[in-house]
Parts: sequence; C-alpha cells; structure tokens
Amino acid sequence: MTTATTAISLMDACCSRCTHSPQTPCAQYLDCRAHGPLCHTDPACTAALNARRDAAMHIATRPIIYVGAGTCGLAAGMDQVIPAMQKALTEHGLDVMVKEVGCFGLCHREPMLDVKKPGRPRVCFDHVDVKKALAIVTRYLVNDEVPADLSMGIIATPDAAPDSPEFALPNLYDLPVLVRQRRIVLQNCGLIDPDALDEYVARGGYGALAKALAAGDNGEMVLNEVLKAGLRGRGGGGFPTGRKWQLTRAQQNTPKYLVCNADEGDPGAFMDRSVLEGDPHRVIEGMLLGALAIGADHGYIYCRAEYPLAIKRLLHSIEELEGRGLLGDNILGSGFSFHLKVKQGAGAFVCGEETALLASIEGKRGMPRVRPPYPAQSGLWGQPTCINNVETFANVAAIVDHGGAAFASVGTERSKGTKVFALTGTIKLGGLVEVPMGMTLREVVFDVGGGILDDRPFKAVQIGGPSGGCLPTAMLDTLVDYDSLIAAGAMMGSGGLVVMDDKTCMVDLARFFMEFIRNESCGKCIPCREGTTRMLEILERIVRPYRDEDTEATLQRFKSVIMLEELAQVIRDTSLCGLGQTAPNPVLSTLRYFRDEYEKHVFERTCPAGACRSLLTFTVNAEKCKGCTLCARNCPAGAIWGASKQTHVIDQAKCVHCGVCMDVCRFDAVLAQ
Amino acid sequence: MSTQLCSCTQEKLREILAPFPAGRREMLIPVLQAVQETFGYLPEVTLDTIGAHIGVSPAKVYGVATFYNQFRLQPVGKHIVRVCRGTACHVRGSKLLLDAVGDALGVKPGETTPDGAFTLETVACLGACSIAPVVTVDGNFHGAVQTRGVGKMLDTYREKE
Repeated sequence: MTTATTAISLMDACCSRCTHSPQTPCAQYLDCRAHGPLCHTDPACTAALNARRDAAMHIATRPIIYVGAGTCGLAAGMDQVIPAMQKALTEHGLDVMVKEVGCFGLCHREPMLDVKKPGRPRVCFDHVDVKKALAIVTRYLVNDEVPADLSMGIIATPDAAPDSPEFALPNLYDLPVLVRQRRIVLQNCGLIDPDALDEYVARGGYGALAKALAAGDNGEMVLNEVLKAGLRGRGGGGFPTGRKWQLTRAQQNTPKYLVCNADEGDPGAFMDRSVLEGDPHRVIEGMLLGALAIGADHGYIYCRAEYPLAIKRLLHSIEELEGRGLLGDNILGSGFSFHLKVKQGAGAFVCGEETALLASIEGKRGMPRVRPPYPAQSGLWGQPTCINNVETFANVAAIVDHGGAAFASVGTERSKGTKVFALTGTIKLGGLVEVPMGMTLREVVFDVGGGILDDRPFKAVQIGGPSGGCLPTAMLDTLVDYDSLIAAGAMMGSGGLVVMDDKTCMVDLARFFMEFIRNESCGKCIPCREGTTRMLEILERIVRPYRDEDTEATLQRFKSVIMLEELAQVIRDTSLCGLGQTAPNPVLSTLRYFRDEYEKHVFERTCPAGACRSLLTFTVNAEKCKGCTLCARNCPAGAIWGASKQTHVIDQAKCVHCGVCMDVCRFDAVLAQ
Repeated sequence: MSTQLCSCTQEKLREILAPFPAGRREMLIPVLQAVQETFGYLPEVTLDTIGAHIGVSPAKVYGVATFYNQFRLQPVGKHIVRVCRGTACHVRGSKLLLDAVGDALGVKPGETTPDGAFTLETVACLGACSIAPVVTVDGNFHGAVQTRGVGKMLDTYREKE
C-alpha cells in the first residue's frame, strides 16, 4: 500500500488508456472509479486505483488528525487550536495529515478533534482547547498511549485491527445523543473532507447518478423511486417531492430550471448550513438526480450570504465537478446536461418563499406573487421551475441507491424517512440530530437532547421557527411528523427546535417572533404588512409598564387583547404568501397553551417567568448585599443609593426597570418580582 | 452628498462592473454585493452607473438596494459589531446583550459611533446556536457572551487600532 499524496485524486486517470474528460466523457467513469479499472486489465492500474481508494477512505500509512472546521467549531475556538497544534507537530517532527471536516452535529462538545492512526479506529476528543490539543499530540501521537481520560469515544474504521487498544474506549455512536439517531442526510458530515470529491465517491457517492444515467430512461426510475419513497419537502410545507417533480416533468415548455432553496432564514435553524458545509456533494448529487427526473438543464442554489463557508464549499465542489465532467454538457456521454450556479442571497427572510426566491434570482426585490400559476408551470423567467430544500435533495441519492421502499420503511404512515433538527435553546446536548420520523418530542428533547440545561423544569419547545408554534409539556408526546405537528398547532418547518425552560416568558417569545416577522414582511400585501405591525403593538402594550398609563391607554390595552385572536385569524386567512399566513402561529399557539401567562401579564401586570423586565420590581436583598456599590455605579437612572459597604436601596420612583443592577451584581443580591 | 462621481471612484466602479455582462437583470444583486464589498457600503452616486450597466432605472436599483438587509447606503465604522437575534440567542438573553452593547457604544442598532470606530448591527441568525448568545466583531465569533463581558470584548478591538 502506498501513501497517496494529496495531489493525486481517485478521480484522476489511472494511465493514458483512460480517456475520460469533460470533452470526451466515458459512460463508465464513475463505476470505474468505484470498482475499476474497467476498460483494461493492468495490475499496475488496479493497484494504483486501489491505493487511491484507500487514501480516500482514510486508510493511510501516517496518522490523520481531523479538525471540526464548520462555522460552529471555528467559532468555539478551533481556529486557535489548529495553528498551535501544527506548531507542536512540527516541533515533534511528526508526519501527520491534518484534515478539515465539517460539523458532526455534537455542537455542545465543540471544538472537536479526531485522531486516526494507521490500522486503528478513529479516536474522538471534545472541548479541545490549545492545552488539550498539545496533550493529545504528546500522549497519543508521541508516546503512543491511549488517552482514555481525554477521549469521548471512537469511530470504527475499515482498516482498524481488532486488537487495537483503542477498542477499550466506548463507541461514539453508543453515546446517548447518537444511539437513537438514524443518519442518512448526515451520514458523512464530520467524517469526510467536504472539499474532496474522491472521498465522497469512495463512500459510494455519485453511485446513484451513475445508476440513473445507466438506466437510460430520462430519469423515470429516479422519479418512480422518489414517489415510492414518499419523500416530502423538508423545507417546511411537506409537499410530496415526487409529485412536484412529476408536475414539472410533465411540462412541455423548455428550458426548465431546478432550484435548491438554501436560504435558511429561520432563526435557530442551521441544518442546511451544516449539510452544505459538511457534505456539499450529497446535495449536488440530489440536484443532478432531480434535474434528470424533471428534465432541467440549468440549476441554481440560492444560499444565504450569512453562510460564507457553505458558499465557498459549494463553489469549490461545482468547480471540481465541472473539471471532472460530472456537471456541464453531456454528462458521462448520456446526453444529459446540467449547469449549476450559486446565487447569494442578500438577507431577506421572505426569500425562503419560493416565488420571492425566484424574483430574487431574477435580480428583483424578493417579493412573493400570487399562485397559481405555480413555479412548476411558470417560474424563473416564466419557465417551468422546481424548487426543493437542501435537506430534500440530500435524501435523494440514498433513495435511488437503496430504493424507495427501503426509505419508506422508516418513519410513519404519511411521513417517511428521517428529519434533521437543530436542537438549541436551554438544552444540555444541543446540536444537529437526525431522527426517524415518528419519534415523540419527549424522546427528542430528553433522550437525544439529554434534557434541560442545569436540570431546570421544561416549559416549552418551539418548533418550526417564526411560522411554527410553541408546544408545552402536555404536548410532549406529539409525534414528530408533518401531520401530528400541524394538528398540535405547530409545524415541521425547516427543523429548528428551540427548547425553553421556566425562565422563558411566552408572551415575550411571541413578541420576539412578531417583531421578527414585522421586520421581515416584504410589505406587498396589507394583512401581513399592517397586521403584523398591529399585532406587535398589542403585544408590546401587554409587556409595557402601567405607571404612566392613562385611562384611554388602559382601555386600549384591554380592547386590543380581545381583538388579538381575531386579528391573527384575519392575517392567517388573507395574507398573500406563506410568511404572512403563518405569521400569527407563534401568538396563536402560545395563546392556546399558555393563556394563563397572557392573563397574568394583562390582569395582574406580572411576568411569572421574570423575563419581561418592565413589569418587574427590583429590590435589594439586604442579607446578600455587600455594599460593593457596583449596581449604583451602573444604574443608568441614578435610582440606587447606599454608602460603600452598606446595604443599597433601589428608589422605585426612579427605577427604569432595565435590570442592569441584577446583571452586574456579583452576589445575586438583586431580586426581581 | 455630491451627485458627481469623483474620477477615482468611477475608475474603481468600472473595474468592479467589468466582469459582469451588461444588460442582465439577474446580475443586479451580485453587482451590488461586489460594490459593497469594495466600498463597505453603496455610495448613492454609484447607483446610476450600476443601473445603466444592468439596464434598469436608478429607481429600480434603489428599490433593490433598500429591500435587502445586506445593503447599506451609509458608510460603516471600522469595526462591525453584529449581535445575533436568533431564537436560541433570544432565549439565552441576546436582547439584554444588544442593549448592553448599544449602551457601551452609545448607539442604536444600525448606527455608527461618532468617531467612526464601530457600527452596531443585528442579524437574524448566524447559525451558531450552540454557543448562544453570539456576537461577531469583524466576522470573528464571540460565543456565550455575557453583558458584563461586553466592555472588555470591545476594548480588544479598540486597542487594535
């Protein structure tokens, strides 16, 4: 076995007998790289390709260090660890390959780093700071001692010797957070170098494309498998993907376009970012299969500008695919052509709506239009266009590979497969999880997510972003599938799952979402533009202090609360697009499940969660106050007085309820009631 | 604001526009992004030239430039502070954090400090929810930021000048 240098890729020709190039495509190119050489028999070529396949599978003669270089890993401090570790490797004179991989999904353990020695399993380390990284280098790489106390587990590898001492460590996939997951979309995330096409191909990547092109039926097989799989759109609506493709395929008008919606604007959701950063080829392969099924020859990936790394990885992948003749004209000599471009969004939440997204690609303001006609009939520049979400595309290759029936065996009656969630908020094991449809919310939050941070009581889970809803403890046994969630007053959405403890105020949360929607409403239709502004005003009136309120304002406050639900119904029924139609959901769902909290705010003028500061009274606990004067010095209203080393007092007449005193106090001596 | 382009701005603008094919409406947003990348904002005087190149009226260019959150028509400070206002950050106190940053700088979101050192912005979600609440300064991520740590964080950027 030879060590392949990074310069030679599995995708390169084995010898001059291989004639594949974008100009002279070979139909067997992908099969050849997976099992070849196919067109000739030469032990030298077989050995060369096998060695390259081994290298792409990370079977090497020198150790490999994998660093989690997704946005979250870098943000958590990996950017400082990498140079320090590289310096240590040089000092020890170690010949080690450092690979950047995407996000594995265990965000609560970032920054993460794995080490794989030749013939050994991959050992994973979490919370790696510079000190720990240096310890790993010295102990594991230099002294060859398995640092069990530093590691969180191992991942088995094809070349690992069964007697490797690392096998004494637990298997990473047996961790509580991973054991109940089922990874289809995230299969490669965090394991492979997202910038290396050959690593994806060596793991069976683009095998589905080869299969679909070899079928020679213009994508009919792909369409049938997707229909059989019962795959539904992962972007939120849950429209059957196969049905959408069928509609676009049936259109006679050409050219047709295929668009990938990567404008993941839901606050609290980052599934698409992680997939694009960690395994971009999976999404692109899904798009190639989709394009084949609908007969599109041009495609766009509309990606948020806030995801610079995802865009960089996509552009790199597209360039590599074009160079290998896997994107462009006459792919693998099949006559099928597909050109793919990346379009950067410019920061407008409404562009996640399909017609607004198309307007934005055309260089216009991202405003939705009335449907019908649906994009399948008249989309980009009036041509038939099919729009799917990142995660939807990421499922397609697996469906074509293993068959629609296998995919449909996972999940519930009407929701098939798995769903990736971004589990965030006040949760212990936050991160990216992929669970089979039909799990209960309780299992997701408590079994997979490990429960609430600091073991505080669970209060609610917000699912589906600004279009979704908040579900309380009583609804925790709701199944995670499209229809059960809708029935419960929430929706699948794109997959943001924000968990909240008892310190979160539901009225404040509803106000937060309403403010978001008010800001993001494009202004085209009146119910959404004016209605969301009015709803926000009503919610703000509820949380505003009543001290300076006159009788008229009090009357307005009560009156508007009475009207809140009615206004919500009107916005829901009459708005032009999905953004407006679902805008009242956070308010309606909190009203449905947390009505008592609204009533406490309106009638008793208190906030049970202690979050709406303007309704709270701040006092100093004389027993805890040490008289450090910090609060008095920080009070913007000069409402706190007291001499040094004496108990301080807050003048309620002057207090502006900002809570700065509580934030700065080092002794928890400021109480809010 | 002057309505004339100074010759150096014009020269730069021509350089930016050169790789974009003329008369293609779908190039408008990429062009605006490229112009903002160079100047840090969209100088009002450039909008006419951009419109002429793309083949749409200045009003349409202005419409697009003001529709998207990414585009700014005012110059920004040396350092851009962005406080994430995503749900996960909100649940972990980003509203208070935003107020604290605003107080420390003496500006509201969208404004620039009088000395031109900092611009404060909010962002809907940076997708780094596991380290909420998040603040980025010049693209550097700061995770789990506490209100009392704001001053220190900003000082490190002040000192860099």
